[in-house]
Amino acid sequence: MIVPIDLALLTLIVIIALAAITVRDLLSAIMLLCAYSFLMAMVWVEMHSVDVGFTEAAVGAGATTAFLIAALSRTVRWEKK
Amino acid sequence: MIEWFIEELLAKYNYWVSIILILIGFYAMIAKDNLIKKVIGLSIFQTAIFLFYISLADIGPIPKGTAPIVSEEMIHMGYVYVNPLPHVLILTAIVVAVATTAVALALVIRLYEEYGTIEESEIIELERQRGL
Repeated sequence: MIVPIDLALLTLIVIIALAAITVRDLLSAIMLLCAYSFLMAMVWVEMHSVDVGFTEAAVGAGATTAFLIAALSRTVRWEKK
Repeated sequence: MIEWFIEELLAKYNYWVSIILILIGFYAMIAKDNLIKKVIGLSIFQTAIFLFYISLADIGPIPKGTAPIVSEEMIHMGYVYVNPLPHVLILTAIVVAVATTAVALALVIRLYEEYGTIEESEIIELERQRGL
């Protein structure tokens, strides 16, 4: 691992995870989850597990986001409180 | 004391971040009322466990690690391969995670068709009214 890149990415990941579960707009939460998965893929490439990295970038950041948006288009966008 | 703290706790910061992300995801699964928020929390929980496993495989800054692809040149330059076994486990687990998310979202859509809401407390209230 490369320590400065690792620390910066992991700090950003924790902040984005907190934002994704806090925000009221569910579409914003889904896009934040997409950014979270993409940063996680960067962490894995930087930790030399490139196969897991590109699988996560394709499946985690791509397919999961598409599924969540498809589910959101059939339900409601805003979270009630 | 400060040196012990840095060597024993901060040197393993990957695992601390993994535990923090597990707690964030678990909090979202338990405390959030919206069902899609619960699915997002589930996704964060799964990814945090993947981070734990990939950190197990990783080799620190000294000796320098590299991807497990056979190359005489890299060995002569002093690189060491990272352990590929956790990578294979997590490659399978990522695909299973997507399947889990898809099934959960299908259940959420079905609940919305049945009850007209995706808030857990409202669904419980409607179910109670129907039962009486």
